[in-house]
Amino acid sequence: MLQFLQLIASGIAQGCIYGLIALGFVLIYKATETINFAQGDLMMLGGFLGLTGTLALGLPFWAAFAAALVAMLFFGMALERAVLRPLLGQPAFTVVMVTIGIGYLARGLVTMIPEWGTDTHVLPVPYKDDIVSIGGTDGLILSMEHIVIIAVTALLIVGLYLLFKHTKIGIAMQATSQNQLAAFYMGIPVRRINMLVWGLSAAISACAGLLLAPITFVHANMGFIGLKAFPAAVVGGFGSIPGALVGGLIIGVVETLAGFYLPEGFKDIAAYIVVLVMLAVKPNGLFGENLRKKV
Amino acid sequence: MSLDGEIILQLNNVESSYGPVKAIRGVSLKVHQGSIVTVLGANGAGKSTILKTISGIIDPQKGSVVYHGEPIQKKDPAWIVRQGIAHVPEGREIFPLLTVRENLLMGAYTRPLGEKAAVEQEIEQVYGYFPILRERANQPAGQLSGGQQQMLAISRALLAKPTIMLLDEPSLGLSPKLTREIFEIIVRINRERGVTLLVVEQNARVALKYADFGYVLEVGRIVMEDPCAVLREKEDIKEFYLGIKESGVRGTRRWKKKKTWR
Repeated sequence: MLQFLQLIASGIAQGCIYGLIALGFVLIYKATETINFAQGDLMMLGGFLGLTGTLALGLPFWAAFAAALVAMLFFGMALERAVLRPLLGQPAFTVVMVTIGIGYLARGLVTMIPEWGTDTHVLPVPYKDDIVSIGGTDGLILSMEHIVIIAVTALLIVGLYLLFKHTKIGIAMQATSQNQLAAFYMGIPVRRINMLVWGLSAAISACAGLLLAPITFVHANMGFIGLKAFPAAVVGGFGSIPGALVGGLIIGVVETLAGFYLPEGFKDIAAYIVVLVMLAVKPNGLFGENLRKKV
Repeated sequence: MSLDGEIILQLNNVESSYGPVKAIRGVSLKVHQGSIVTVLGANGAGKSTILKTISGIIDPQKGSVVYHGEPIQKKDPAWIVRQGIAHVPEGREIFPLLTVRENLLMGAYTRPLGEKAAVEQEIEQVYGYFPILRERANQPAGQLSGGQQQMLAISRALLAKPTIMLLDEPSLGLSPKLTREIFEIIVRINRERGVTLLVVEQNARVALKYADFGYVLEVGRIVMEDPCAVLREKEDIKEFYLGIKESGVRGTRRWKKKKTWR
């Protein structure tokens, strides 16, 4: 039983990472109706920025963490302005191909930067190898890395909730994603809002990367985890913010359990099995929107 | 009533098109401060295009849109909203997943943060016009009925604190009774708040009843303009917009000759 709880706990932590990347997918999808396949690579860039902040610039970990998020916020906004806005009005396929291209480019360019390169790096964190045991020495043991992932994700969710529910700009982001034309009529600066959404999405992905770094490593291909975050977004019902997180948690937990109880190899395909089951049972996903636009 | 106020909005020979398709061909019209002006026309006559051109969603190829003495054509829609021109689009175009209240707040998007208290006060005023919106304040707007959505769309535009409001077929899809109710409130808004109105309509009977001045638009051109009291008595209007046909052979012949009017 304890074993099981232990697995659930680490599954939740893993799921938070998937959930955050899925959140990045969903935000951009909702705002611009395109899918950013470079989401995982934005996460990787976040990891590298954190690495540079701590090692090269000698910042304390949490300062580097914050700096990396801000840097990625601006990077995401610049990406939208420079690469995606000129494609406005092009078919969705064009944009999808461009985001895949951005991903390749990011992975390639990162290996050319000295100090980053093709190596795997360890991001030094102050809470490395700390553990917290609940219920005495033979109770549930949680690693500090997992606790930090869960706590930071929870904080981020609260922050996003406040943003979307209680600030003008947050409500305007939702308004723009629901009815772009009406947003124009209201005088909402739609293009600037889309830019902000890209920035936000990049920052959230970077946050996932920085949280994940202590568990895995920082390297050019760490963004491939995005391939598992995508199923998370689908399970949650593409286009739903709470859905992305719940989807992430489901995939994380199922994957961890499959890795322990099922024969070798099942861990890697667990996410896709969950998606197939979901698509068969509830094609709209858990939180899929059924509300159609009234004419 | 007030056709003696200063002219606040004027279109001079405006031409707009969607790609190669010309939607309006040289439209000129004037709107006096404090008046209710209506543009009548059938489907595809170019009514909505006129409004979209004014609010900057479409840029005209030719001509000018003059507001308070200054040309505003080809400006950014957000800028135009800030100048006091609010648009109530055809088919309401509300934000379906936002609550009614959030929809109203988005109407006030262009207003500075310092006016927050004033905006709250105006939301209360708007609830006074449409009490149902207060009851539904925290429901997603997509759950409202068509009439309620129209009320929300009008209220939302009102929160931009407009000098002039552009209404695109407020009667669309509504019952005659509801249409009348909405028009009565529109008139109240005009009288009580001094908001000038430019209303585009297919429902000539209602529009001519409540408006001060009317234009008739046909395939992108203004073919008639007069105070509504005069328009209501014109034979052509009676026949083709109000459906009152002169009986007898002469009336039928006339009707056949002008069939293109619908």
